[in-house]
Parts: sequence; C-alpha cells; structure tokens
Amino acid sequence: MKKDAVFIYSEDQLNYSFSDTHPFNQKRIILTLDLLKKMQAITDEDIIRPRIATEEELLLAHDVKFIETVKKASKGELQENVGAIYGIGTEDTPIFPNMHEASALLVGGTLTAVDEVMNGRANYALNLGGGLHHGFHGKASGFCVYNDSSVAIKYLQQKYGARVLYIDTDAHHGDGVQWSFYDDPNVCTLSIHETGRYLFPGTGHITERGNGKGYGTSFNFPIDAFTEDESFLEVYRTSIKEVAEYFQPDVILTQNGADAHYFDPLTHLYGTMAIYNEIPRIAREIAEQYCEGRWIAVGGGGYDIWRVVPRAWAQIWLAMKKLPAPTGPLPADWLTSWQGESPVPLIPTWEDPDPLYEAIPRKKEITEKNAQMLNRALYIIRNEKINK
Amino acid sequence: MLLEEVMIKDVITLSPTNTAKDALQTMQENKIRHLPIVESDGTVVGIVSDRDLKNIDPPTLIGGSDHDLSNSLLGDIMTPNPILGHPMDFVEEAAILFYEHKIGALPIVSTDKLVGIITETDLLYKYIELTGAHQPGSQIEVRVPNVPGILYEVSKVFHDHQTNVLSVLVYPDKENVANKIIVIRINSMNPLPLIQGLRQNGFEVLWPNVPGIDV
Repeated sequence: MKKDAVFIYSEDQLNYSFSDTHPFNQKRIILTLDLLKKMQAITDEDIIRPRIATEEELLLAHDVKFIETVKKASKGELQENVGAIYGIGTEDTPIFPNMHEASALLVGGTLTAVDEVMNGRANYALNLGGGLHHGFHGKASGFCVYNDSSVAIKYLQQKYGARVLYIDTDAHHGDGVQWSFYDDPNVCTLSIHETGRYLFPGTGHITERGNGKGYGTSFNFPIDAFTEDESFLEVYRTSIKEVAEYFQPDVILTQNGADAHYFDPLTHLYGTMAIYNEIPRIAREIAEQYCEGRWIAVGGGGYDIWRVVPRAWAQIWLAMKKLPAPTGPLPADWLTSWQGESPVPLIPTWEDPDPLYEAIPRKKEITEKNAQMLNRALYIIRNEKINK
Repeated sequence: MLLEEVMIKDVITLSPTNTAKDALQTMQENKIRHLPIVESDGTVVGIVSDRDLKNIDPPTLIGGSDHDLSNSLLGDIMTPNPILGHPMDFVEEAAILFYEHKIGALPIVSTDKLVGIITETDLLYKYIELTGAHQPGSQIEVRVPNVPGILYEVSKVFHDHQTNVLSVLVYPDKENVANKIIVIRINSMNPLPLIQGLRQNGFEVLWPNVPGIDV
C-alpha cells in the first residue's frame, strides 16, 4: 500500500560532523525525530534507512578531482594546503575522518527519498540529513561538501525524466544548486533568503535569472534583514504559486533550512514558528496541484538546534502526514529529556512566546521594500502571461 | 590594475566608409553598443554608439527607405577624435574618464593603433570583483577612529582567527568625519567568532548595518 510519507534516517547521518563547536550540528535530526516519536506522530514503519551515494552518482553533479580530494582528506592522506582550492580544510568545512563517506551518505539519503516518491511507494519523503545547498561542482562551501540536492535533481532528470522545481527557504541563498542548473531550462530554482548585503554567500540577486536556454528558470527573492512573518509569508506564498504555475513541474524538491528564525545566531531575519507551520503545508498544496503530490523535502541550515529546529522540522513531517499544526505545550517527556543538555531554556510550546522580540522600528519600510522586490522578481513571468 | 590586463583585445570595428546600416547590423549581431571607427592602417578616427544611430535625422530612418539609411556614412555620423585610453593607464583613471565625460566605452590605443576597448559594463564588473562580492562570503563593517595603524589593529583580529579575507574597502563615516568604516568580506559562513573577537578588542562592529536599528 502506498504510504503518505516516509522519513529517511539512520544514526550514521550524525557522522557528518566537523567538530563539537561547529555551528552545523546534525543532533538536530535526533531532537526532531524524538519530538515526533514522543507525540506519537511517527512509527518505526515510517522510517527508511538512507543508502550511500555511489561515486557514479556523485559525479552527476561533482568534479572527479574534487571527489578524489575529499576521499584523500577523508583518510587523512591530503597534504597540507592542497584542500583549500577545493574548499576543504577551511574554517567553514574542516577536514574530519571519513568525511567522504559521511557526505556521500547524506546524498544517498536524498536519493533514497527520490526513489520512494518516484516509484510510487510514498507520496512524500523527508530527508532531514540533506539540504547541503552551498556545495559547488568542484568545491565545498558554507558547511557543505557534496550537494545532495544537485545530485538528486540530476538523478531525477536522468532516471525519471522529470522537470524539477527546487524551492529553497533557507535564510542563505541556495547558490550551489542555482549555479548547477543555471543553464538548464528543465530545472527551476527558487530561493528566498536574506539579502547578500551582509550575509553569506552574498549572491541571490533578483537579476540572477538563469543563462542561455535556462534564462527565466532561476528565481531569487532576497528579503531584507529584520523581515518578519507576514512579509516573509507574502513573498513565499506569492512566489511559489506563480512560479509553479509558470514552470509546471513534475516534482517538487524543497530545501527546509530553519535559520530564518529570530533566534538563529547566523542570520538577521525575524521569523517565528508561524512561518515554519506554513512553509511545508503550502509546499504540499503546490505538489498536489501540479505534481500529483510528488514532493521530496530535505533539511538545510538551522543553528539554534534546541529552541528552533526541532519544532520547525517536525512541522514538515506533520504536514506530510496531513496533520494540522499542533498548538499548546510540547510533550513533557521531550522537554525533560533534553532540557538538561540544552544550554538555553527550551521553548515549552509549539508557538513562540508573544511578543518574541521588541518591535522593529523600520517594519513598514522593510515590508514595502520586500513587496517591491517581489514584484520586480516576478515581473518576467507576469509580463509573459499578459503577452500570451 | 592596468587597462591592458582587463581590456577586450578582440575589438570589432568598422571604417568611415561603412554605412549606418552596417553599424546597426554589427551591433545587433554582436550585442554591443560601441564601434570604434578605424582607418585601414589601424588608427582610430572616431566612435559610433547606438545612440548616434538613433540620433540620425529621424525622417531618413522612419519615413525614408533603406536607401537613405545605407547612404549615411559612418564618417559623417561618428564622434570624431574620441577620448582614448592607453594600455598602461590605471583602471581608476579610466573610471574617472567615464564619469567625467559621460562616455560608455573607451578605445585603447598604443603607437597610434587600436589594441583594445573597455566599456562601462566591463569596468563595473571589475569593481564588483574588487569588492569580492562575486564569490561566497560574509560582509562585516567595522567603525574605527581615523588614526594611523588602525587597519593593523583590525587585521590582527583576522589573523588571530585564521580567517581568509576576500576584500577590504574603506569608506568615510557619514555620521562622524573622525571615523572610517572598514568593510571586510571574509570567506566564511560563520563570522560570529570573528565579530566577538573584534568586539572584545573594542571595535564597533556593524553586522548588519541598517540605520535606525541596533542589534
């Protein structure tokens, strides 16, 4: 029988770990899964173990020299200073033992998710270990070694001949995936992120629209620092609906970085749980409307792993199970299990405290600027619609 | 940086005896907006821009036949004796020429022969490269007193954190002339340890710098 959703997970996904102090911490996945278990929203039958991506699969989106270098670094055989041109051994992506295997497993997890959905075993599939959207063809960047989404999109094209709409709501621009498909008219990338004025990686301007035959299949929605829920959601709802209608995808791949929240230490957006309730539910609607439901979701950024990520990521699974967004207290046993380990007091409810922060002085201007950006970014498809 | 390092060397040109129609076609085919007009010996005698073509007496273009258009010789339409650059000019000098003379392209000449061209667009891209904004990085702004040695003090913090700097720019501080704003792009997604280090050393870090909002 076809399942609503599958959850790709094994404890080996936690081997993707740069160091104990590095902000990218896959413990988030355990915290999320435990929260879902303690609210009886997931059973062992829902969970599928990820496979490891083969080298042939990695080559779909990565350079052979880069892979060779990661493999050497993985075994501690890389000479000093050689890694830097491949972005490894840097502050952001330090070398760690077996990093090739750990990185290839995250890619494999997303491929497992793809196969479950495309072979009709499940409507939706979630791989929280994936979403490493900064990985480039020949270079690691921004905490990401191999780019699971880029490999998965190539795999979707070659094995299933699918037109893919990639939707990235991480607070950082999804540069790695965008550049991989910048010339490809059969893949559409859509990224909503804090403007690159200050934030890494700095790209993702509305003028980055694709190149050659791929012109018009890359969409960027850079929102201002201090953007709040309403403005974020207006940009999200409008962009995803209009772009999906324009592109007519066969399948949707969403990247669900959870770092646009007020608490996130690395970004300056002022989102609350309200956006994470809505992001996956609208994604599901769009998948139902245009793709007969085919929807694959991956994780991504998210650096407040205690107060933000578990609640935010749980919503993706709950949306896949067609459950409404829960309200009120979190399961008490989840709070007691983890409070001791958390350096900050956990938020005891599904909702954030209200108000979560002091009012923003320039809210009106920020909202107005985002709305203007949205119109300019979508101008190209609205214009085409009128000309039809 | 010298112009010879950044100029386009493969220049598309026409001669004074070519027609406006030739120029229009050449611009459209090559997606360019400026054509140096060159004698057979390689000397530059003029330049024709897309605007010069638009400015040809309208009736000859709109009401008239192709005959009228093809009759307009570039020698008659071109801007004669255009402003020229030398391969050894600095990029900054070229930028000032563009700004002061409101021109869109600069033919580059050495020993009386055309050797290259640089356009406003090329120059703008060089400036983007100078800011480091074309490669992945985070941007930090530090407000410092305008005194000797301060850049050293700031860069020491970067050294302590082993952070790779992509670019450094120094701006005047609009609020206080006794200060400067140092804008640094670093090759990292996690600037937090560095920001903390700068603050511990007494520097005012603006991240992000949005007037009216304190973080």
